[in-house]
Amino acid sequence: MILTIAGRELRSLFLSPLAWSVLAVVQLILAYVFLIQVELFLQWQPRLAAMEGAPGATDIIVAPLFRTAAIVLLLVVPLLTMRLVSEERRGRTLALLLSAPVSMTQIVLGKYLGVMGFLMVLLGLTVLMPLSLVAGGGLDWGLLASGAIGLALVVAAFAAAGLFLSTLTDQPTVAGVSTFGLLLLLWILDWAGGTGNEAATEAFTYLSLLTHYDALLKGVFDSQDVIYYVLFSATFLVLGIRRLDAERLQE
Amino acid sequence: MHTSEVLVRVEGLERRYGEAVAVAGVSFEVHRGEVLGLLGPNGAGKSTTMQIIAGALAPSADQVHIDGLDILDHPIAAKGRIGYLPEQPPLYRELTVDEYLRYCARLHRVPRGEVAAALVRARERCGLEAMGHRLIGNLSKGYQQRVGIAQAIIHNPAVVILDEPTVGLDPIQIREIRQLIRELGGEHSVILSTHILPEVQAVCDRVQIIHRGRLVLNEDLKALEARSEAELLVRLTAPPAAEVLERLPGVARVETPADGVFLLHLTAGANPAPQLVQDAVAGDWGLVELSPRRRTLEEVFVQLTAGDDAGHDTPEAAA
Repeated sequence: MILTIAGRELRSLFLSPLAWSVLAVVQLILAYVFLIQVELFLQWQPRLAAMEGAPGATDIIVAPLFRTAAIVLLLVVPLLTMRLVSEERRGRTLALLLSAPVSMTQIVLGKYLGVMGFLMVLLGLTVLMPLSLVAGGGLDWGLLASGAIGLALVVAAFAAAGLFLSTLTDQPTVAGVSTFGLLLLLWILDWAGGTGNEAATEAFTYLSLLTHYDALLKGVFDSQDVIYYVLFSATFLVLGIRRLDAERLQE
Repeated sequence: MHTSEVLVRVEGLERRYGEAVAVAGVSFEVHRGEVLGLLGPNGAGKSTTMQIIAGALAPSADQVHIDGLDILDHPIAAKGRIGYLPEQPPLYRELTVDEYLRYCARLHRVPRGEVAAALVRARERCGLEAMGHRLIGNLSKGYQQRVGIAQAIIHNPAVVILDEPTVGLDPIQIREIRQLIRELGGEHSVILSTHILPEVQAVCDRVQIIHRGRLVLNEDLKALEARSEAELLVRLTAPPAAEVLERLPGVARVETPADGVFLLHLTAGANPAPQLVQDAVAGDWGLVELSPRRRTLEEVFVQLTAGDDAGHDTPEAAA
């Protein structure tokens, strides 16, 4: 049942020009970043060869690529998630789901899986770029995997937040803007570092979406970071389910 | 007639939106094979009632049973027995008719192997055979409405709920849709809401009028028609005294709306027309018109819903 809903979501995405233009634009930008990093690596290569314990190609190329990818997706994911529920509400198609023999959980998870399916395609295309380097030399597979998992987790968190905000309104644009605002705020939360208050700084740094991602990009696979993203996503999904349920029930 | 199985039982249905009471204390039953017409002015609570039965809105307590299943305790099983067409058909404009109906079938738990057969049957019943590969967004309003109905019957539900199914259709389409609804009434139970009173007379077995969230009429259409054949309009050029007419068997009361025009209110089941004609000939009253007047559904409707609109009274008073 979840897969049926996810399949419909994915099909509708690919039937609209939005999905294709998102894929094209993201791919173009990331390809540009990728080329810059490859160029940089080629320039540094002679000096790196002389250094003891120098960062490898994966460090220099993959980490910046994935960091940029996360920022690009911060802009793109709200565009994809904003219509998930709000457009159904606007087009009055939500009634079909609500009166069908499916639970709210199945509806929300189905929609989440649908949009995640699309984002995984996007992610796959991004990972293909560093993979092309295998043709010319070796890669640090561990670092690449940890980076890719990190990016997947970040995107999953983005999508969950976007899905929740989409359940709150019948205006896709409102959902999009608020998702973007929320994600950006969570991204820059650790900028509060300079306030002097030790505990607050620590809390903000922990809450920031960025800190946990940076660790994964460095190849530090700490289960705490993974749990942070899983909890983040789960919280917003549960909020989304609760929100849809509340709408149906007596106020 | 109503000895058959009860498919929908609604008891004291209530739904509030904040302070406003949308539906209060609506109770009724729908039997298998019955077409129930739900009438009411705009904002009377028809759509809310249907949404609750369809499971799109939750009732406040165990008040809706579908095929014996409580919709709050067994929502999945109960909803599976219902096909629902909301006021605006829930269509994805970017899908083709086939894609959409296939999705609806899967969503309503039609087994994978039976989807193709269900699709063919639903398309055929709704006259969509040639439209399978068309985009829903490009179809005319009438065809979109048919897709909406196809969506509601694709999983062969026991109860079909149609919220104003003929709105915005041309007269020929309306006839076809009514024909379809009558067919559906054969094996399913149909609950239908509409503004169009003749539509109720054309397709429904039973009629209910909802006014201000309350059920003000719940009656068999045949009984209503039988009961309403209760007036006889007589026009005479040389009328006798009104008392003469009043003395005819079966006449309860006589009104004289104009000179030479008599409105005879009849007692239930009586028909004094033959006697009246004989007397008119014998007495040389100059009979020029004799027509049975049916108290139409429209009059019943107006009487039940318009009467208390002037004073903004409480819903309780309207009951």
